[in-house]
Amino acid sequence: MSQTDDNKIILKVTTQSGEKHELIALDGWRAMEVIRDYGLPIKAECGGACSCATCHVYVDAKWQDKLFPPTEEEEDMLDEAFEVQENSRLSCQILMSEALSGLSVTLAPGSEPE
Amino acid sequence: MSNSPSVISQNPGEHHETDVIIVGAGPVGLFAVFELGLLDLKCHLVDILDRPGGQCAELYPEKPIYDIPGSPLVSGQGLTDNLLAQIKPFGAKYHLAEMATALEKTDAGKWRLTTDLGTTIEAPVVVIAAGGGSFQPKKPPIPDIAKYEGSSVFYAVREMEQFRGKNILIAGGGDSALDWALNLHDIAGSLALIHRRPDFRAAPDSVNKMRELVTTGKMELIVGQVGQLHGDDGQLSSVTIKTKEGEFSRDVDCLLPFFGLTMKLGPVAEFGLNLHENLIPVDTEKFETSEPSVFAIGDINSYPGKLKLILSGFHEAALMSQQAFRICRPDEKLRFQYTTSSTNLQKKLGVR
Repeated sequence: MSQTDDNKIILKVTTQSGEKHELIALDGWRAMEVIRDYGLPIKAECGGACSCATCHVYVDAKWQDKLFPPTEEEEDMLDEAFEVQENSRLSCQILMSEALSGLSVTLAPGSEPE
Repeated sequence: MSNSPSVISQNPGEHHETDVIIVGAGPVGLFAVFELGLLDLKCHLVDILDRPGGQCAELYPEKPIYDIPGSPLVSGQGLTDNLLAQIKPFGAKYHLAEMATALEKTDAGKWRLTTDLGTTIEAPVVVIAAGGGSFQPKKPPIPDIAKYEGSSVFYAVREMEQFRGKNILIAGGGDSALDWALNLHDIAGSLALIHRRPDFRAAPDSVNKMRELVTTGKMELIVGQVGQLHGDDGQLSSVTIKTKEGEFSRDVDCLLPFFGLTMKLGPVAEFGLNLHENLIPVDTEKFETSEPSVFAIGDINSYPGKLKLILSGFHEAALMSQQAFRICRPDEKLRFQYTTSSTNLQKKLGVR
């Protein structure tokens, strides 16, 4: 990695059972890919194609406005998720960048692997 | 919709004998038909989906795939259609919308696969190409929902009559939810559709029809989500409904959640194949499981260095076929031939 400690991109993840983790994300990676790469429990069964809603997360309120708003495709796919809230997103549609360092998400019910 | 080559499914409940039973009609299962076909081995495929293609057809039919060798860009459905065209000469038989439920050895030493619809297939070789398992309806993570499944909570409608006069709540915003709302409203005692937002991804025509029924008071639309279920002995009596304005209770006899499909390993776990973390360990020479003459190829297998790529599954299908031939045709010599030069292979492919 070329990034120094100072500009590491941090992704904070709370699992479905409440465990907290701080992950180092890579620029341009999808949040889902980072979570999966660390071996945290995320089903993400379509592999990032916005086609299954099993990477559903709740975004911490103070980060909601800093993300690109969901596309119509993501909104449609959220219809197949459960317990959808105002701050619900599909983590495969969140591209990590320096601007998002510190982003905090919680894995939603239904995102657990089998 | 796509113009997929049409595939005819066999009638369920019948008995068949063949060379190779393939569980899973995704891209890897389909390509296995090709490699086995070149060796004159006949195949029957079983898949829980009602059409071939597996994840490519169900999860991402329109998404581009960029890592199929020789295809710079192909959609999931495009790849499926190409594979179906490629294996057409081999006349594989399909058992679609059937779930492989049991695998056992017969007295004659063959394998007998049974499906949930009572189909039985016997063959000397079985190939598990089941990917991430079988696609099954997503179940809402609501406490106690399992207690009501089959009596008050249904993920599919088999008999419309069982819903006559009932207070029905349908949850979801896709075509299944809308179609069943339109179909059941006039036999229901009452019918409400509950969806998390006022917009729907279902076909606009169905959405318009639903809104008309709502306007004329023939059904209700609730923008919200299902909370707790209440009832006794598997019989639902009411449901707590959560909306932006707050929670309320509604009398409900039947709940029909339609939230799409998800992959569950399913009965393959009971096939006695020494599963490790929901995957089937295989060797990397023949892709044979712990059970001789049962193979596993594609995303469902595991071995050191495994990559879950469609192209890995294609390679695994080719090597598996060599061993399948030795098992099915012990007295014949296995000849390695190229489709570019072998007139014998070209005849099988119908190009000569």
